[in-house]
Amino acid sequence: MWNRFRSNIGAMVGVLLLLAVILIAIFAPLLFAHSPWQMVQRPFLPPFSMDGLPLGTDTLGRDVASQLAYGARVSLLVGLVSTLVALLIGVPLGALAGFYGGYVDEGAMRFTEFFQTIPNFALAIVLVAIFEPTLASITLAIAIVSWPPVARLVRAEVMSVRKREFVDAATLAGLSKPRILVRQVLPNTVSPIIVMASLMVATAILLESSLSFLGLGDPNAMSWGYMIGAARTVIRSSWWLSFFPGIAIVITVLALNLIGEGLNDALNPHLSRKGKA
Amino acid sequence: MAIAVLNFFLLHAAPGDPAVVLAGEAGAADEQMIAQLRERFGLDQPLYVQLGKYIAGIVQLDLGYSFRQGAPVIDLIAERLPATLLLTLTAFVISLSAGIALGVAAAARVGKVSDSLLTTLALLFYATPLYWLALMAVLVFSVWLGWLPGFGYETVGAGYGGFARAWDILKHLILPALTLGLFFMAVYMRMTRASMLEVSTADFVKTAKAKGLSGAVIRRRHILRNAILPVVTLAGLQAGQLVGGAVLTETVFAWPGIGRLMFESLAARDYNTILGVFLVSAAMVILFNIVTDIVYRIVDPRIGAKV
Repeated sequence: MWNRFRSNIGAMVGVLLLLAVILIAIFAPLLFAHSPWQMVQRPFLPPFSMDGLPLGTDTLGRDVASQLAYGARVSLLVGLVSTLVALLIGVPLGALAGFYGGYVDEGAMRFTEFFQTIPNFALAIVLVAIFEPTLASITLAIAIVSWPPVARLVRAEVMSVRKREFVDAATLAGLSKPRILVRQVLPNTVSPIIVMASLMVATAILLESSLSFLGLGDPNAMSWGYMIGAARTVIRSSWWLSFFPGIAIVITVLALNLIGEGLNDALNPHLSRKGKA
Repeated sequence: MAIAVLNFFLLHAAPGDPAVVLAGEAGAADEQMIAQLRERFGLDQPLYVQLGKYIAGIVQLDLGYSFRQGAPVIDLIAERLPATLLLTLTAFVISLSAGIALGVAAAARVGKVSDSLLTTLALLFYATPLYWLALMAVLVFSVWLGWLPGFGYETVGAGYGGFARAWDILKHLILPALTLGLFFMAVYMRMTRASMLEVSTADFVKTAKAKGLSGAVIRRRHILRNAILPVVTLAGLQAGQLVGGAVLTETVFAWPGIGRLMFESLAARDYNTILGVFLVSAAMVILFNIVTDIVYRIVDPRIGAKV
């Protein structure tokens, strides 16, 4: 499996890009002398015009490169944690629905469908606006709008796995139902969940940046979306202020998508290249 | 309806009393005035009374009153809805038709350079934040090249009538609709390509080949007809995202639709308006699903026969 993943050029490019972003995020304080909030020079300094400020300064004279590095922390953190929370909601719900069927399934799926019909970005906006924008509320809002596909995937997987022979064998061996679900069935659904999770982190990063672009970011955290949103009004005179954070988002999301596709091809070779929307 | 109830409680869980906000803005936040405002807008009544009134109102298409804008929410939305419908429907049609066409083209040239190019481009658009793409489009086509207007719905004060006005709106529509459509085009293209490749291994395709039909005919009449079904299903599921994307696009392009209305209401803590927009956008998703259902029947006559 690892070999299949490694021979996928796109996936390896993704891994390298993501590693670079992670390293920059971790070592941001060492790489940049200035905090992203600190005024270091006159505002609107174009990129490459002064040593030590490779990407210029923003509307308040802050170091853009340093802001980018600190923004990576927020994006990665929110992306990762919100995906974990979405998995915590979606996996148990989908597993119960798929394993027990009947009324449980009916109820759980109605609930899921209800959340799926709501325009999810609009719901995220409403949630964050109501619970005041903090990193926690943003993360939670993203998780709340992104769990339904997980529940559906897990349900479908569990339904197909539970008909397999080793489940019958486990039942004959006298194992209890919950035990079979947790110890026998779920471990066999892990690989599609991993693939989906990697793509979800990418979507979550896009969502977080969109929210902070609209001014719904955590006011105490520097994020890429906030940078673009703040630079929006000065785009005619200082295009680079919105250009570079956007590139950062594209690189990170692209890397995650490439990894997700690579994982998909490596884990499900017979389904390789099947459309992942 | 369940969405309405959920919304109501969500919005009331919010910190900040609209009466206080309003009084604060008027510059006189004394207790008496706040109480007066509360009474006037029925905010002093118990929660369940307010909820009951709200639900009863929705049935009569009354979404409450926008304290901030001083007008009923339904009027505000009705005024803005046509612009949003125009934008989202145009983007939907563009993305679906272009996405399918490109997907078919890529699948026909699978493994060649043009296929890789298309796939890579799709992957790139898929990773690009919508609002950033919109900003860059404004920068290039409006600020630098000056080809298309970057803001608004029509030229203010131009006083065009009839055809000239339609042309003016169309010019304003191109950039927002294209940027909104590009992301979804990438999604549909990837899906179409994958679906085409999958169907092309089916037995009936071999039969068609054995009959000596040309590649183009097989692709159009045999593969595409079957491959398009999952794409249409996906398009229906994506409708919610399209509406959500409209919020961002409208914000960037100052497009006077309900998405921008929502953005403006956020800062003003105009709960009733946010709630109304949210409700209407959910209704729009249902509308899009009906549209895809109709498309589905055109594409696959078997479905119509069952109903």
